[in-house]
Amino acid sequence: MENYFLIIVGTVFVNNIVMSKILGLCPFMGVSRKLEPSIGMGAATTFVLTLASGASHLIDTYLLGPDLSYLRTLSFIVVIAGIVGFTEMFIKKTSPVLFRVLGIYLPLITTNCAVLGIPLLNVQEQHGFVESLLFGLGGALGFTLVLILFAAMRERLDAADIPLPFKGTSIAMVTAGLMSLAFMGFAGLIK
Amino acid sequence: MLNAILVMAGIGLALGGILGWAAIRFRVQEDPLVDKIDAILPQTQCGQCGYAGCRPYAEAIAKGEADINLCPPGGEDGIKRLAELLGVDPKPLGEGLESKPKSVAVIDEDACIGCTLCIQACPVDAIVGAAKQMHTILPDQCTGCELCVAPCPVDCIHMEVVKEDLNTWKWRYPIFHMKKVP
Repeated sequence: MENYFLIIVGTVFVNNIVMSKILGLCPFMGVSRKLEPSIGMGAATTFVLTLASGASHLIDTYLLGPDLSYLRTLSFIVVIAGIVGFTEMFIKKTSPVLFRVLGIYLPLITTNCAVLGIPLLNVQEQHGFVESLLFGLGGALGFTLVLILFAAMRERLDAADIPLPFKGTSIAMVTAGLMSLAFMGFAGLIK
Repeated sequence: MLNAILVMAGIGLALGGILGWAAIRFRVQEDPLVDKIDAILPQTQCGQCGYAGCRPYAEAIAKGEADINLCPPGGEDGIKRLAELLGVDPKPLGEGLESKPKSVAVIDEDACIGCTLCIQACPVDAIVGAAKQMHTILPDQCTGCELCVAPCPVDCIHMEVVKEDLNTWKWRYPIFHMKKVP
């Protein structure tokens, strides 16, 4: 039980997927302009990432095994694309507003490197099924947390008096770097 | 080698099955006609047609509940384009609705008491001001829907016809009158 809790805390804060592994920067920069879409994007990514890490663990263990391990990346991408397609239809049916807000970023979850990175890290660190699910959930929660924090900051940055050369994406990049430094403070929280 | 092909084919088939099922289970009914009608309507959101805005009016037209001649801001031109899209005959603008030249609302700023009633009435947020402060209208944003005229308690809002100048002039549709050829 304690082990599971440590996985969640570790992936949300210590080894945050965006801030310390520098994965998933495309949605991190692209969907963080406003707070509301970033919450929706975080929820969609959480759903996809948790399902994807569970499904890819099952595929890697029972379908591929040691003989077909060279198919790992290929099959993971196929599974992720399938899950994203399913999520897209599901959101279109249940929440047309969120569907319009997410727009192009929803299909782009397919190519989000965080979503492929976490299943591959699962294999590398030889996680079991429950551990894989928790690792995916924790990674996605960390991604959502950072995305929401960053979106809140960017909304304030829009109103701030910023020197002209830094306006827009450049100040966002600087802010992201400072956030990454701040997250380094969590290193050593878990041995 | 054969195993690899079988495994990938199996994954593909399973996912294809799930997605096919989801496409039927989560199908969304969308009427493309509503979007086309909505694109023709002038988006003044004035409500003179009796519906809450342009989109609800477009939905009503698509369902066949509303006539195409209820939109004064769209004018004759809008009716003609709607008739073309829907394959029906164009009609004159409905009773009680008249086509007016394009105009914008103007606030007489000396008389304005700052009651904010017109701000609440404006569907396009074209009026700026605050309580007990003088209000004014942004002419670029004003759609000329006249919704702000009625609520004003001191009658300080009137409509002014937009004069034609280089910025507002629009090319007119060519109209040829039919003549008997001798």
